[in-house]
Amino acid sequence: MGTVAVQGLRKSYGKVQALDGVTLDVPDGAFFVVLGPSGAGKTTTLRAIAGLEKLDAGSVHIDGRDATGDSPAARDLAMVFQSYALYPRHTVYENIASPLRARRRSSSEIAAAVERMSSLLHIERLLQRRPAQLSGGEMQRVALARALVRSPRAFLMDEPLTNLDLKLRVEMRTELTRIHRSLGATFVYVTNDQVEALSMADQVAVLKEGQVQQVGTPTEVYERPANQWVAGFVGSPRISLLACRAEGDRLVGAEGWTLPRPRWSTAQDGRPLLLGLRAEDLSVEQRGDASLSGELYGLEPLGDRTVVDVRVGTEMVKVKARPTIAGTPGEPLTVSVDLDRAHLFDADTGVSLSEAGR
Amino acid sequence: MAGIEVTALHKRYPDGTVAVDHVDLSIDDGELFVMLGPSGCGKTTTLRAIAGLERQTTGDIRIGDTLVNDLPPAERDIAMVFQFYALYPHLKTRDNLAFPLRAEGLPKAEVRARVDEAARLMRLGPLLDRRPRRLSGGEQQRVALARALVRRPRAFLMDEPLTNLDAELRADMRTEIKHLQGELGTTMVYVTHDQVEAMSLGHRIAILNKGRVEQIGTPLEVYDRPASLFCAAFIGSPPMNLIDVEVADGMLRGKGGLALTPPPGLPRDGRLVAGVRPEALEVTAPGTDGSVPARVVSTEWLGDEIIYVVDHGGERDVRVRMAPTGRFATDAPVGLRHTGGTPAVYDLSTEELVA
Repeated sequence: MGTVAVQGLRKSYGKVQALDGVTLDVPDGAFFVVLGPSGAGKTTTLRAIAGLEKLDAGSVHIDGRDATGDSPAARDLAMVFQSYALYPRHTVYENIASPLRARRRSSSEIAAAVERMSSLLHIERLLQRRPAQLSGGEMQRVALARALVRSPRAFLMDEPLTNLDLKLRVEMRTELTRIHRSLGATFVYVTNDQVEALSMADQVAVLKEGQVQQVGTPTEVYERPANQWVAGFVGSPRISLLACRAEGDRLVGAEGWTLPRPRWSTAQDGRPLLLGLRAEDLSVEQRGDASLSGELYGLEPLGDRTVVDVRVGTEMVKVKARPTIAGTPGEPLTVSVDLDRAHLFDADTGVSLSEAGR
Repeated sequence: MAGIEVTALHKRYPDGTVAVDHVDLSIDDGELFVMLGPSGCGKTTTLRAIAGLERQTTGDIRIGDTLVNDLPPAERDIAMVFQFYALYPHLKTRDNLAFPLRAEGLPKAEVRARVDEAARLMRLGPLLDRRPRRLSGGEQQRVALARALVRRPRAFLMDEPLTNLDAELRADMRTEIKHLQGELGTTMVYVTHDQVEAMSLGHRIAILNKGRVEQIGTPLEVYDRPASLFCAAFIGSPPMNLIDVEVADGMLRGKGGLALTPPPGLPRDGRLVAGVRPEALEVTAPGTDGSVPARVVSTEWLGDEIIYVVDHGGERDVRVRMAPTGRFATDAPVGLRHTGGTPAVYDLSTEELVA
């Protein structure tokens, strides 16, 4: 069916090391998301899988077979790009049908496949139009339909939702998950949007500067980030990080606060640490006795909740609160901390120290 | 400092395109006022008309007590910030900040005082003697923002200044801009197409569509009661569920049987749609009191929340926002019930809020 395994991928462009030993195992039928900021090597990894990139080192196995030297066509993968690249003179129907025509499928098979994809993507009424008559979002859906119309070993997708407006992006997330389940095919999906990764993936590989930081389920990368960088990249609002040290049964902050040392903490006394606190694990209402004192810096209403920015000394923490909360910048605030859900990172290496003891 | 009054502003281009269609805005002195809408809605044209960079076809613009229709941009005493442009690479932070003031010919002592104040507000003290290449991306943006502030205009006009920044920096800058605007108390008109930016920044938001104002309100007002189906689709992620309803036995009922409390003043006829926020619904065990049978189509776990996409009685893709604890599997039969207050109700033919 469609397993993809890459081992020790390395690729440099001049001085830039785009891929620095990337190893990934994509199981058959997975919705596998490669997540990272621009420059992380996500697209290069995808292109390496597709056979569009000449590697300095490493191997690509597809379905257990070494495909490292194979041409893109021989790999039998379908690639979906950000750009639309539709045939401008062909109708939407012909655009979607083109991969099947190229493979000389019968017209009845083609008609059935185009009908299925166009109904999955809600573009039935566009079939007789040409690309110039489509909006950006419509072109994206046509491109997606064309990419999904055949049955390759795996689909490779490079930020296919980037150019869509918010509402369409939300809808397309659901569509892609649904399409993935109904096709049962392997998806390797590249994005810089952590919401897409968390909401759609079975497994997420988080990349930074050509290196894999962590591979895991969305829950694992969110709740048990391997390092400070992953903790900061995954989650919105961003996790708050406070400099501190462990001293006996206390955590002592660089800004002068103290908190009870979490039971699970195995950190060595005196070592510089970062305490990682997610907005939903903090509260401006009194809860338990672990708390930080600060002052209100700003309120960001989001409708279903308001994010409260609280300055603790020179550091800032973001706290999730009810939508109707009010306040004036400068007023003192006490922030309750759920230490059972907190994270500790080694301040020098960034590595998580939370898991050993939990 | 000054409020801004825009009255019946209309802009038609020679080819007949109407970019701004009789827009009225009353922006208070000291307000952070956001104009939100998709590209082509007229928000930037309105801003440029306020700045004097675009001459309106008809309509009046007042800044403070001054009718500025015929004043050139330089005499309107406003500062227009497009994107936060790059800093001069060969100048230290201090001189980057002082540059626009020296260009205006301000005395040295005044320049110094203003630079010091901006540095204090933006916490740039330790950075004053560094050149841009020794600053992080976030620090450079703070300097760029401070440079826009030192001029102390009567109002700031900002046109999508954060568009090209990465998500992290954008979130930080939002916080800084809002905090700073509050400290300075200077009127700010801020244009964006990003609803999160609009919600988190604005004291009030004007939602524009096709050159017209669809709604003006505080973030919570536009979130809780969008004035039209357009606003309902534009604010909130995932957006409001729009559920076809009929009035029966004093209740609003969806075709799948979902019961909602009717708001007062419902019209007697017309095809009605109830706007229900994802957090005003709840997925329950099947058969729970007050629930209708539904099926989970897809679940989207987002860390601090989970979005269930459910189908029920012919109603497709209803989105429900819940705490991430407790999980219902995809394809599982479940219950769906309404837990919020009275929903906003729209008439499908006018697409406007009717109750």
